[in-house]
Amino acid sequence: MSTLTLRAKRRKQALRTAAFMSPWLIGFSVFFAYPLISTVYFSFMKYDGFGVPEFRGLENWNYVFNDYPMFWPALRNTLWLVLVMVTLRVAFGLGIGLLITKIKTGTGVFRTLFYLPYLAPPVAATLAFVFLLNPGTGPVNSVLGDLGLPTPGWFTDAAWSKPALTMLALWGVGDLMVIFMAALLDVPKEQYEAAELDGASAWHRFRFVTLPNISPIVMFAVVTGVIQTMQYYTQPLVAGKVASGIIGGSGQQFEPGYPDKSTLTLPQLVYNLGFQRFDYGSACVVALVLFALSMVFTAFLMRRRGGLIQAGD
Amino acid sequence: MPKMPRKAVLAAASIALLTTACTGQSDTGATDDPNASTTITFWHGWSAPAEVKAIQANIDRFEKAHPNIKVKVVGNINDDKLNQALRAGGSSGPDVVSSFTTSNVGKFCSSGAFADLKPFIEKSKLDLDKIIPKPMLEYTQFEGKRCAMPLLGDAYGLYYNKDAFKKAGIKAPPKTWSEFAEVAKKLTKSKGDSYEQLGFMPNYHGYETVVDHYMSQWNHTYFDKDGKSSIAEDPAFAEMFTYQKKLVDSLGGFQKLEKYRNTFGDEWGAKHPFQTGQVAMQLDGEWRLGMARDAGVKFDIGTAPMPVADDEADEYGKGFLSGTVMGIAPQSKKQNAAWELVKYMTTDTDAVVAFANAIHNVPSTFDALKSPGLKVDAGFKTFVDIALNPKSNTPPASINGSTYQTTLQDFGYQYESGKAKDLKAGLKKTADQIDRDIEQAK
Repeated sequence: MSTLTLRAKRRKQALRTAAFMSPWLIGFSVFFAYPLISTVYFSFMKYDGFGVPEFRGLENWNYVFNDYPMFWPALRNTLWLVLVMVTLRVAFGLGIGLLITKIKTGTGVFRTLFYLPYLAPPVAATLAFVFLLNPGTGPVNSVLGDLGLPTPGWFTDAAWSKPALTMLALWGVGDLMVIFMAALLDVPKEQYEAAELDGASAWHRFRFVTLPNISPIVMFAVVTGVIQTMQYYTQPLVAGKVASGIIGGSGQQFEPGYPDKSTLTLPQLVYNLGFQRFDYGSACVVALVLFALSMVFTAFLMRRRGGLIQAGD
Repeated sequence: MPKMPRKAVLAAASIALLTTACTGQSDTGATDDPNASTTITFWHGWSAPAEVKAIQANIDRFEKAHPNIKVKVVGNINDDKLNQALRAGGSSGPDVVSSFTTSNVGKFCSSGAFADLKPFIEKSKLDLDKIIPKPMLEYTQFEGKRCAMPLLGDAYGLYYNKDAFKKAGIKAPPKTWSEFAEVAKKLTKSKGDSYEQLGFMPNYHGYETVVDHYMSQWNHTYFDKDGKSSIAEDPAFAEMFTYQKKLVDSLGGFQKLEKYRNTFGDEWGAKHPFQTGQVAMQLDGEWRLGMARDAGVKFDIGTAPMPVADDEADEYGKGFLSGTVMGIAPQSKKQNAAWELVKYMTTDTDAVVAFANAIHNVPSTFDALKSPGLKVDAGFKTFVDIALNPKSNTPPASINGSTYQTTLQDFGYQYESGKAKDLKAGLKKTADQIDRDIEQAK
């Protein structure tokens, strides 16, 4: 009898726990587990949105890795952007944050000036950059030409398109600047005073006081930056489309990546395969590659984070 | 019989749910009464105010002729939106659909995104061969399955600046590609490392100067009888790529031309390079006439068919054709009423003529092309003639839509820029890629 009561109590307890957890469980199942399981499932299927999915084995995987000509360029571009763009954005955001926290007057004005570009809609910002960097009519190349400097092709030159996208990303660095400013203002003043008394130079104060204190924020900026860059879609697509001159008029087809596949990113492939070619299976393969890459990068960075925190502590 | 564990049952149920959750509905039985009062939804891609007004006027005429059918019109729908909506299904989806992309018809027909129109055509006793020109009939079906009807057409030809021709002492538009190269060079005036006037922008990014538009002026076959890409075997492709590359080089080279191209205005705006006088000749569709006039162009505009290969001079007069296609959504529960609208807009002579006059497109029926009501001036007549020319053509429909064209176009970019040097090997590699992509889509 007492065993039964205990069991009933445990069941009741379990139900109560489940009831409390249910909002999270539902959210997790609907927005994470279900999409992830179905992505894995569809990566082995032929499915175009109509009819019944057909099992295809590893054909979609083989197609993406060996026969889809856009996959490797897109992967290389994505890795380039992760390494270069994220690094520069974090460094630039931190640099601007440091500068603004140091200046005595006009802090509000500069903070607003540097933050405002972040609020510009990505499409409008990209269009403006394509216009400014137009090699034929853009003011940037006019100035460079007048100064006798080389005039790059920017978004029309495969060697310059990713640097141009990086410039666009640096222009909109206001989000990181604000986060870094908050972190920098949080560093205890006494630590700087103690370091100064010990004769530490500005570099040493930054290296041994500032950086350890803000390392969790740096890590946050890097991890979110990597994930955002893995999802980088709008800016390269718009830049490629507008710079190519083919904006999709009377039924024109546009293959992303202009010029010469240099602005292709993995999310563009997911859209191209999934929602233009309706090859859901191959699109799922690319999505899983993205997922795996994000996991690897995040796991690697989180491991490194332990070291940084220790240094800070 | 062994009992299935609960976890396995749940897993099986989940998989069943996954497999069925996104499978679109395909209702092919049309049971609605076309004489009953009903409202159907029509999705189209036009967005310019004048075009939207023109299509509404056409719908108004239809509603007058069919007082029991009301049409809810939704504009600015491109192929991506259309395809996604048709797959999502749902009761608020369209009944009648349209697309500007003829090269996607293969995908529409093979996937079942557009309903099969054969039963409707047979029921209405329409003999399409007697109503619609052959190229337009071709680009609205795939492997014998007719899932679309042509709703006006686009014919591509040559626009030329008559004043510039006169200044350069050129008497008539070129008829062969050799003549064309000479004329383009004659019309080109360099200015430093740029141009005062360019005879013709040959680059594949030069708006309409894409690979398949060039190819229409050579006798060519994209696929062999087994459905394999024949671009590496058919000499026409190598001839076209060689010709275009020579033209690029003779007009200043790829880099110089690309730099100049970057000074061009938008293709659909008033600053189009032909309209501003930056280029003296342009390959374009019939719509350019109206656009140029609207932009207040100061010079006289001449129109002619695009040149043809030197050894195919007898085929001068042909051109590239495409157009809007119209079909019925397979999920529609009002397919008979939907067919009434499709039939009216694509085969009723008055409707086709009025719509063609309003948006300056080429009519898509024989009767409309010959109708006295069609507003045809000398410039526009060129395009009507191209549409009627039996040698006019368009790339064949494919199961993966225009993917094979973009793959070929991609090789074109490589070749014109000099990154790809071995034409034969490049075409072979491109053909293999096309075959592999098609295999993947099957």
